[in-house]
Amino acid sequence: MTGTYAHAAGFYAGDRPKIVTSRFEYADSHTLERYLATDGYKGLRSALSRPAADVHEEVKNATVLGRGGAGFPAGTKWGLMPQGNFPRYLVVNGDESEPGTYKDRLLMERDPHQLIEGCLIACYAAGLTRCFLYIRGEMATAQERVAAALNEAYAAGYVGRNILGSNFSVDIVLHWGAGAYVVGEETALIESLEGNRGMPRLKPPYFPAAIGLYGQPTIVNNVETLANLPWLARNGAEAYTAIGTKTSPGTRMVAVSGHVKRPGVYEIVNGTTTFRDLLYGDEFCQGIRNGNKLKAFVPGGGSAPWFLPDQLDLPFEASQVGPAGSMLGSGAIMVMDETTDIPHAALTLTRFYAHESCGKCTPCREGGTWLERILTRIVEGNGTDADLEQLIEVGTSICPGDFPHASSERLGLTAVPFPYKMTTICFVGPSAYAPVNSALTLFPEEFESRVTKRNRIPVTAVGGE
Amino acid sequence: MSRLTDTNVAIAHEIIARYPRPKSALIPLLHLSQEQNGYVTDDAMKHIAELVGVTPAEVLGTASFYEMFKFEPVGKYVINICGTMSCALMGSEELLHHAEHRLGVKAGGTTADGIFTIEHAECQAACTEAPCLQVNYRYRFRMTTQQLDVLIDDLAAGKLAEEIPPHGTLARVRQHIPADRSVGAVPPEAPGQEPVWMNGKAAL
Repeated sequence: MTGTYAHAAGFYAGDRPKIVTSRFEYADSHTLERYLATDGYKGLRSALSRPAADVHEEVKNATVLGRGGAGFPAGTKWGLMPQGNFPRYLVVNGDESEPGTYKDRLLMERDPHQLIEGCLIACYAAGLTRCFLYIRGEMATAQERVAAALNEAYAAGYVGRNILGSNFSVDIVLHWGAGAYVVGEETALIESLEGNRGMPRLKPPYFPAAIGLYGQPTIVNNVETLANLPWLARNGAEAYTAIGTKTSPGTRMVAVSGHVKRPGVYEIVNGTTTFRDLLYGDEFCQGIRNGNKLKAFVPGGGSAPWFLPDQLDLPFEASQVGPAGSMLGSGAIMVMDETTDIPHAALTLTRFYAHESCGKCTPCREGGTWLERILTRIVEGNGTDADLEQLIEVGTSICPGDFPHASSERLGLTAVPFPYKMTTICFVGPSAYAPVNSALTLFPEEFESRVTKRNRIPVTAVGGE
Repeated sequence: MSRLTDTNVAIAHEIIARYPRPKSALIPLLHLSQEQNGYVTDDAMKHIAELVGVTPAEVLGTASFYEMFKFEPVGKYVINICGTMSCALMGSEELLHHAEHRLGVKAGGTTADGIFTIEHAECQAACTEAPCLQVNYRYRFRMTTQQLDVLIDDLAAGKLAEEIPPHGTLARVRQHIPADRSVGAVPPEAPGQEPVWMNGKAAL
């Protein structure tokens, strides 16, 4: 089955190993009945039949990397909590809103029980006593599906007091947002969950594992990360690490959108699939629309610096994409063909981040808006060459020093590796500058041809010469 | 007027009881009030403040951060047209202009009959199905201007009332935690002990 499923718009199964999307082929994949008929809650049973520390060890051994954007190993994250401080909480980050990304929404809509089972395994292994499942406000269907699944799971004894008759007890509380991108940052998520404005907290502490929700140790995990745990608990760390590479085992869900023939969400084997496979492969996007040439692509969500056709042969693997000047982030690729107006494309991303700035840090609050306004002026044809310098000046006040960018044979550029320095608490500010910097660095000619070159008007005597 | 109804107060108490601190229930309760009235009224915010034990200013402080909360009446159908990169690359700007012309209001505006509000939205997480839009947070994928016209006609004629509830209603399924299954929330200040299942033995 390679086509899309009518009930899971945008998803293409393909003939590849599946860890998190195995049930997407069923129209009733969101029901408890289907879940139980397809190995559902077997991972939980397997976990509960072992001491919690062993299950934690298994997740560590499997190197389950966080799928939210930062790529931090989940098992290691769980180990960062201080000893002896209880209660501890699990907060599930389902506030997916990075431009280009939608995997968590599909996982919540299509397989909510898998997520619930993942939450239970995490709570058991790490000794977490209450779980809050935070779903983005705009995802009404996902909220409905998860609410219905939780009601089923409670009634059937999989969630709540004395799960499956054991001494393991945990409540999962469905919580939902109300429209704020920045809440995807884990400390902002916690603020929002406490009923406050969703602004990121000052760091240190760097990890909510030390001081999180209500000041208690808190683990914040992404939906896709947790959705991996039932399979892992069923099949073991050895089977998990047999898929993918040593540094990034398992699979990843990747959304490819923009000017490709078959945009879609694909579960790919980690680390081995290249960008060329994804954009041009028959089982993936099948090439650029209308047979056009590729101009550029964003490899890891709207926050990531852009890549050129020069980078097509890089594998989808963090350890190689970083030195090449970008990041994999949330697993989203946005493709621009030769017809793309680059400054305008950059504006659609910068406007997003300027709009979503929470206003806490000045460089982002002011800088993001400046970048948006200047870029708008240039796109509308009212820019001057001074505006180009101004863009860089504003950008450098958010991210001092060299900003990461890709190499280009055409321009004779060598790559500046990831990451960047930043003057803000979170990544929203730098993300507003990333598309501007990429567009300016990789396509300078499109800006130069667009701005007005005014010759200085000589000052002469009133009466002329 | 427009404090929460008795039914909704009962729901509110059930929601508040799930959190170790009542203030955490603010966003769910604001959604509940918006579901009741179509927008968040001043009286509802005062009522929520009483229920949660904070000041009305604190409720507004939180509510005003989040885009989905409206503080004045909006259309029965709020149409959010995505304008971020993937949708923009596939022609969403044209879609927005078309909606503006068709309905005679600019983005952010509401039609005089109170049926439609259109908004320029940011990424709605359906990027491969671009250009996409949401009507009261229900998706429409790969939209063309013709399809948008049909959608507007259908909404105005009440044909989609079953699929798309009026603005304010999100999930039509609520979580319900049965009392006999609930572990219950304790304030974080209560001295906590290591969970019983962390004793080095298997739970099953």
